[in-house]
Amino acid sequence: MRAKLIAVTTLAAACFTYPLLSLFDRPFLVLGVPLVWAYLFVVWALLVVAVGVLSRQGR
Amino acid sequence: MVAAWVVVVVSLAYLGLLFGIAHHGDKRAAAGRSLISSGVVYALSLAVYATSWTYYGSVGRAATRGMEFLTIYLGPACAMACSAVVLQKIIRVSKRYRITSLSDFAAARYGNSRVLGGLVALVAVVGTVPYIALQLKAVSSTFRLVSGGEVSAAGVPPYADTALYVALVLALFSILFGTGHLDATERHEGMVAAIAFESVVKLVAFLAAGLYVTFGLFGGFGDLFDRAAASPALADATDIGEYGNWFWLIVLSAFAVLLLPRQFQIGVVENVDERHVRTAAWLFPLYLLVINIFVLPIALAGVLLLGPTVSPDTYVLALQQSSALALLVFIGGLSAATGMVIVETIALSTMVSNSLVVPLLLRRAEVAARGDLGRLVLRIRRVTILVVLLLGFGFFRISGDALGLVDMGLVSFAAVAQFAPALLGGLWWKGATRNGALAGLVAGIALWAYTLLLPELAKSGWVPGSVVRDGPFGIALLRPQELFGLTGAGAVGNGVFWSLLVNVVLFVGVSLAGRQTPAEAGHAALFVDIDRRTPGPGTRFYRGSVPVARLRDLLARFVGAEAAAALVTEHATRRGAPLPDDAQADPELVRQVETALTGAVGPAAARALVASVADEEPLGMAEVIELVGEAQHLRELDRLKDEFIATVTHELRTPLTSIRAFTEILRDNPDLPAAERARYLEIMATETERLTRMVNQVLDLARLESGNAEWRVTDVALGPLIDEAATATAQLFTDGRVALDVDVPAGTTVVEADRDGVVQVLLNLLSNAVKVSPPAGGRVRITLRTDDRVARIDVADDGPGVPATERELIFDRFRQGGAGGTGGTGLGLAISRRIVEQFGGTLEVSDCGGNGRGATFSVGLPVSAKSAHAGAKRR
Repeated sequence: MRAKLIAVTTLAAACFTYPLLSLFDRPFLVLGVPLVWAYLFVVWALLVVAVGVLSRQGR
Repeated sequence: MVAAWVVVVVSLAYLGLLFGIAHHGDKRAAAGRSLISSGVVYALSLAVYATSWTYYGSVGRAATRGMEFLTIYLGPACAMACSAVVLQKIIRVSKRYRITSLSDFAAARYGNSRVLGGLVALVAVVGTVPYIALQLKAVSSTFRLVSGGEVSAAGVPPYADTALYVALVLALFSILFGTGHLDATERHEGMVAAIAFESVVKLVAFLAAGLYVTFGLFGGFGDLFDRAAASPALADATDIGEYGNWFWLIVLSAFAVLLLPRQFQIGVVENVDERHVRTAAWLFPLYLLVINIFVLPIALAGVLLLGPTVSPDTYVLALQQSSALALLVFIGGLSAATGMVIVETIALSTMVSNSLVVPLLLRRAEVAARGDLGRLVLRIRRVTILVVLLLGFGFFRISGDALGLVDMGLVSFAAVAQFAPALLGGLWWKGATRNGALAGLVAGIALWAYTLLLPELAKSGWVPGSVVRDGPFGIALLRPQELFGLTGAGAVGNGVFWSLLVNVVLFVGVSLAGRQTPAEAGHAALFVDIDRRTPGPGTRFYRGSVPVARLRDLLARFVGAEAAAALVTEHATRRGAPLPDDAQADPELVRQVETALTGAVGPAAARALVASVADEEPLGMAEVIELVGEAQHLRELDRLKDEFIATVTHELRTPLTSIRAFTEILRDNPDLPAAERARYLEIMATETERLTRMVNQVLDLARLESGNAEWRVTDVALGPLIDEAATATAQLFTDGRVALDVDVPAGTTVVEADRDGVVQVLLNLLSNAVKVSPPAGGRVRITLRTDDRVARIDVADDGPGVPATERELIFDRFRQGGAGGTGGTGLGLAISRRIVEQFGGTLEVSDCGGNGRGATFSVGLPVSAKSAHAGAKRR
């Protein structure tokens, strides 16, 4: 479980920073909201879900 | 907006509610029905991370610098996601060694270093006071805003500033609920309950503000973003800025969420149950996510509707048009500020008293001689709380409007991030030394002051702005915010990078270049190997002698006579013997007293106190390593024992099950035919015998493995022994109709061994041979052969033999040869081999002369010099 958590954290950290971040750093509105804003919150939400599931498994 | 007296009354009512909750929480804790024992409450209390900076400052930051504000929450989201690795280890170490503050953690990790603990406490205070000032400033300015006045504090005399009274009320709260008693765990359940409640309030208030702005002032997200897109506002607000700066801010905040004094207090010291971390690992990041959703919309709305004439830091409040909502938003901001101030001051008071004041005071003889030191420690903490709050208020009043919410907060973050190499590195790297930690911390803080603090001070006009703009003495290369010409990382990224780089390089470099003292090496192992270690032996690296009474009196001066006596009595009970006052305290008792003292005054002072009553000297390196190693060895043995017990119980169950089954048949069928009944009883008798045998053998094996078996090693002549074994098993051979050939040459073969041990091995081999022989007509042969060095006894049978693949396995415990099913215990061969090995011999199995039938068990024993070799020649 610990290894999985570290993997998920690393992946999230990579998504939150350059260079992956730069792919979404564009001045578009997607479905009416800014792309980079939506991207960061979606990755963040996925991180929360993944950690939640893993924490439950480890019980 | 709202009449000032209404704001005052509502604020006071809110603070009163906090006191009520905290009081209730403490009462419940005293009654043993904890209010805060849940992962959800733990996660909510961790949200003390979100201060006025989050509440007001994020919007201001978004309006002026774009998305950068989000980094401060992305870092913690990542850090908490793997909290099962990092935070949990910190909690485990702290709970095991009763560590109650960051500075104690640093001191304890590096051999109870007083210098390091003091330095950490000092940095924490210097780094945190401006941060507390920020919170007071936020309360002060939003109070004036919500009651319709000017935002600026200029022109308001200090005594008329709301912030002063808020500071005093908070000091009272922290003193009441943070320093009520001195105990070993330093947990404050009432305070934590209040903080968790505050987290709910600020979240609800901020969401209300966000919903109103997005759906009340605008037609939802789409409408808001569309209108913003028509102006430059949207592009500005969604700007990522420099990627270097972005990256370093995430790193910075990931450290901060673990190492800020208030986070350490809530996350580690106040943690009730390690398992709560698992809930917090996702719930806390979720909290941060939710509270950040409306930051960007509010910032955009502020830019569109209010413009730059209103301070962006107050947009959240300034956008509210209904007075009820404005009041709610103000209370939300108040909760964000007060939560931070309360926890931070309590954490700082522990640090200052444990790491700065108490160690200094104890040096003075008259203080050390005082009776009740516990009350003195509490008084020190209370004074510290008051002083820190007044310092914060003073800082805010003096620096005035130049203090930017986020800028100053980031400077604080960068200060505590300097603890990361020494504290987090020291948690995984045993080689880290005290000198390395000191060198890294000192250099890191120096660079922090130059690259981050100096520019902030320049903003307030305390330092000439030209130093920051052009570099000191006009040397451009030394410009604090672009040190050595580094660009592309942003002002904060530049400072964080340089200070952490030099910190880490010195920490690692000095550690590698220097040597650890024995105590340091011991403490390093205690921290790094926390998961591989049972509490108890091996946690003290000093030896000394002190009477029980002196030790108890020392403890009594801090935790009271009752608690001290209880600890000694409990220890005596566990030891199973009374402890008279003048007896020498055993090391375990000294350790317990030191641990209890650590909870009260921190490890450095506890160490000094114990040393002062016990004539102590540090252990040498070899002894420390032995202590540490011993503990690990014990644990390894424990594991083996567990495995063994599991197998034994399994093996015991088989005969027990059959005995029980037959007993029940006999009980339930009283009119069973006599013959059948006799047969069942016979089986039961056999199984009982087998059980007895097995228990005896398990005992034998246990004795053998623990090295406690008692052997009387003498010169033993093997010939007579073989005859004896043959005679003893004669009945077995007759019953099984198996023939036994004994081939013992004339002459004497003498080995050095225990007589009974060898007989036991031979009996075991012979009875095994009978069991595996074909029924009727089998033949077993026992021979003795001797050369110059080795006497060999072969027991050969003509049974099914042992396949080559199983020849080693059958000597394992509970392994029976082939399709035996002969009712053996599976322990005989294991025991035999161990016995033979005791005398420097071997026990092996091979087939009978290579014809694939039967098995030959060979016992080889080294021959004693007293043998006469006549027999060997006769062959």
